[in-house]
Amino acid sequence: MSLELKDLGITDGTDMILEGITYTFEPGRVYVLMGRTLSGKTSLMRTIAGLLDFTDGDMYFNGEDFDVLPTWKRSTSMVYQQFINYPNRTVLGNVLFPLLRSGLSKAEAKAKALEMIDKVGLSSFADRKPGQLSGGQQQRVAIARALIRNSNILLLDEPLMNLDYKLREQLREDFRELFTTSKDSVTIYATTEPAEALLVGDELLVMHEGRIIQSGVPAEVFENPNSVTVAQIVNEPPMSVLTAEISNGTFSIGHRMKSQIPAHLVGLPDGDYQAGFRASELTIGSEGDMKEEGEVDVAEVAGSETLIYLNTPTGYTIVQEEGIHQYISGDKLGITIPPERAFLFDLSGNLVVAPGN
Amino acid sequence: MSRIFKYAFVIFWTLFVLAPLSWALVTSFKTPAAVNQGATFIPWVQFDPTLDGWKDILGISGYANLIPNMINSMIITFFASLISVTLGGLAAYGLSRFRYGWKYYGNSDIIFFFIAQRILPPVVLAIPFFLLLKNLRLLDTHLGLILVLTSGLMPIVVWLMVDFFNQIPREIDEMAMLEGCNPLQAFRRAILPLSKPGIAISAIFAVIFGWNDLFFALVLTFTEVKTLPAAVVALNGTVTPFWTLAASAIFSILPLIGFVFVVERYLAKGGFSGAVR
Repeated sequence: MSLELKDLGITDGTDMILEGITYTFEPGRVYVLMGRTLSGKTSLMRTIAGLLDFTDGDMYFNGEDFDVLPTWKRSTSMVYQQFINYPNRTVLGNVLFPLLRSGLSKAEAKAKALEMIDKVGLSSFADRKPGQLSGGQQQRVAIARALIRNSNILLLDEPLMNLDYKLREQLREDFRELFTTSKDSVTIYATTEPAEALLVGDELLVMHEGRIIQSGVPAEVFENPNSVTVAQIVNEPPMSVLTAEISNGTFSIGHRMKSQIPAHLVGLPDGDYQAGFRASELTIGSEGDMKEEGEVDVAEVAGSETLIYLNTPTGYTIVQEEGIHQYISGDKLGITIPPERAFLFDLSGNLVVAPGN
Repeated sequence: MSRIFKYAFVIFWTLFVLAPLSWALVTSFKTPAAVNQGATFIPWVQFDPTLDGWKDILGISGYANLIPNMINSMIITFFASLISVTLGGLAAYGLSRFRYGWKYYGNSDIIFFFIAQRILPPVVLAIPFFLLLKNLRLLDTHLGLILVLTSGLMPIVVWLMVDFFNQIPREIDEMAMLEGCNPLQAFRRAILPLSKPGIAISAIFAVIFGWNDLFFALVLTFTEVKTLPAAVVALNGTVTPFWTLAASAIFSILPLIGFVFVVERYLAKGGFSGAVR
């Protein structure tokens, strides 16, 4: 029951929407498509669903040509980022709709629908119409509709995007459990959020400009991004990428801060590189060999952390500091860069060495 | 203050619209003497009502009988509106959801082409339609007039419904297709139930325009199939008294009033809240 894409591409005039997508999706696993907005995640999902025609390549399901099947014969379910439901039907009516054509008797279908409504925690709202529900509840209805058919392919296009923070956390937790009910389906989940990818996914596919630029186990991709672009996409806030140099046994950043070559970089040839640092690994304060003074551009509090965006002589740097701190634009701050945590990329952006755990 | 102004305006406007109608209504129950007395409105107080005018048009007094004409008008309007709304609705759905066209010409041009038919004054079409129906042996038949009226009503329906369908999120069709419906089933099961207000508006327009058609009725039908407006106009040309004319006027709008009352409740149910947030 695998879904196989071979060199799939969509060209619209001179625009390349998808290019050279080759991948095999196996049932029972959750695949996370991750990429920035307009990276091609939605286009890929719509192509799989048959809502968008591809111009190059092939698509097979279970070894058979999938392209010849129209959307309504593909056994595909989809949850959109906007919460889409039938506004004229009740919650029960909405969840029943996909079962209407399944051949189940009315009583069986109703029992099944009510069970699913209960599973998504909406049993006391079964008689309400979607317009009378909150955003999170509406999205649960959409999810229930998608799950109830046990489709061969389940597509979730940033389903938590338009929900508030708390609800997102809660639904994210629920997802793992809900997905285990669909062991025979290929589940594809698109998101822009690394935390979601790590929590939900068995496999992570990083997309950029219509192509899959890296795939693998989420933690693996997170630890070993193969390029600066992947590193920027899978880290939230994005990595700070600074100019670096190795020469004569020293490691320098921005040609100014120098230290001994850290252990993971020993043995690399002399030359110019780019060094990436996760925001959580940079610290405020001036300690050690590598310290730098920067000027606060923006500082924002996110949950129990503070994100500080700084202009430094070496480049734009993002620091994530534990706790809630007040900084205003223009404040001067010292930051400490840990060379042993550097992701080293060559000048064309390919990974040379990752720091490891 | 603005509330008082609003209500005052609504009351004024209601009176403005209802005054001529109510005058026709009371006149239809007046005797010749009461009509000549001047503007009187309250029956039993200002004048003694009589059914003479109504007896004249319902074939009771032997003067005229508008009931067969009413039935003709009902048949013609019903079928012309039904065909227009059905075919026009489907055409509008197609124009709203799929791309048609050739080179630079696309859906908007097709819609313009539809509505452009209404730019032609009916009189330009009179001779072509007359010859067409004559050759098809459809002159003075229900079917002939139904076909001609449909050709005029459909553009209005298409024009109204395209705009309406454009407001229904496309994702609803997609969702229905993902859930196993082919495009026609998606239209019937998912879109049609949401389209009641649009259908109601189109039906009201089609019925009003179809019911009030006088020109084609006069040109294309004669004795066998005479519609109500044609019959009322024919009465007008004779020595028919005012009270009888007033009764015929009220009689000819009664079905429209009834229809609008029935359909009006679907109008209020607009809006797609809960479809897409």
